[in-house]
Amino acid sequence: MIDFSILINNLDTYLEGFKNTIFASIIGLVGSFIIGVIVAVMRIAPIKPLNWIGTVYVEFIRNIPLLIIAFFFYVGLPAVGVTLSGFVAGTIALSIYTASFIAEAIRAGIQSVPKGQMEAARSSGLTYVQAMRTIILPQAIKIVIPPIGNQFINLVKNSSILGIIAGLDLMYFGDIVSSHTFVTFDVYIFVALFYLVLTIPLSLGVGYLEKRLARNH
Amino acid sequence: MDITGALSADHLKFLADGFWLTLYVAFISIVLSFIIGILLGTLRYAKIPVVSKVVAVLVETIRNMPLLLIIFFTFFALPEVGIKLSVTVAAISALTVFESAMLAEIVRGGLNSVDKGQIEAARSSGLTYIQTLRTIVMPQALRRMVPPIVSQFISLLKDTSLCVIVALPELMHNAQIIYAQNVNYIIPVFIVVALMYFIVNYCLSLIARRLESRQA
Repeated sequence: MIDFSILINNLDTYLEGFKNTIFASIIGLVGSFIIGVIVAVMRIAPIKPLNWIGTVYVEFIRNIPLLIIAFFFYVGLPAVGVTLSGFVAGTIALSIYTASFIAEAIRAGIQSVPKGQMEAARSSGLTYVQAMRTIILPQAIKIVIPPIGNQFINLVKNSSILGIIAGLDLMYFGDIVSSHTFVTFDVYIFVALFYLVLTIPLSLGVGYLEKRLARNH
Repeated sequence: MDITGALSADHLKFLADGFWLTLYVAFISIVLSFIIGILLGTLRYAKIPVVSKVVAVLVETIRNMPLLLIIFFTFFALPEVGIKLSVTVAAISALTVFESAMLAEIVRGGLNSVDKGQIEAARSSGLTYIQTLRTIVMPQALRRMVPPIVSQFISLLKDTSLCVIVALPELMHNAQIIYAQNVNYIIPVFIVVALMYFIVNYCLSLIARRLESRQA
């Protein structure tokens, strides 16, 4: 049977990790959204060199493991004199990695709005930026929300790599509880439960949004 | 930085060995996950009372857990209850458990994308439900599953790097051994390792896109 005294006796340690996992996920979401929007705009802006930079970013980052990016910031940068804590390095890596997926989601959303609308807006005298802001983006946002929600769930799960680089998250504190109690099995069952408490409601929420927004189309 | 030292022939050979194991572990895992995923996905799709619900709960629970936790658990926690696995077997088991849940959803999505009218038509022509699934729905669904499965394989190749925590001698692990010798090796090794992953995954993503656009 699972020994609940482990959870009760180490609740503070678990909660500290849980809190940091939530922090890392929220900072990661905001960071990746900002970078994602910038990259998406670069990819669709009518300026060729920007398109290339955006495409290289998305294709390169999407196709390498998150762990390499995290190690780059945690192990690689100190080699050239920049030292970051595990939490900071991990959160930056999460933002950079997730941004590539969010950028693609946003680009797909914007491009799903018929081209004629941009042409109509431009010929009614709106500038490119105005047309984007007032005509295209409000329609695109509906299509983009569910995939971004899915990326957020991935982000929460991926934040567990902070555990590898001493990032003070749930995985890291799980390790600490496990070395205090000399128990592994039960300790990690509780770690899993803490993750599920975050991710299951998020998946249900995203599933609900997907259905609702699909109905409106 | 010491590029020539970091990328000596021996080191490149060592990285290539690691990458070979990465590909091997990922490939075995995706094949096993495909078999289990087909089974779980079909069970969930078929709406069998109780069974489909149990499968749904199982699949959703695994999908919502970090893979790192599953790898960690398989290698460090299972021995506590008497299940001792070698590093490679533990890595393949953990990846298979996680990917099976992912593929089960892809399979279910593929099955759901087949028009319901076809099932009704097949049933009224006298086929049993199982026959309908096997001969009418599955062949069409399988074709649509191929691009998402290739994408999932890309994720799996990337995620295999998480096996560093159990010291599986795959690409990331071997890279760590090389750059641990000398601080000046770190950046060049990272760049080469990133490029190795990138080249293989980018080619796979082009294949996935090709297949997707051909179906559309």
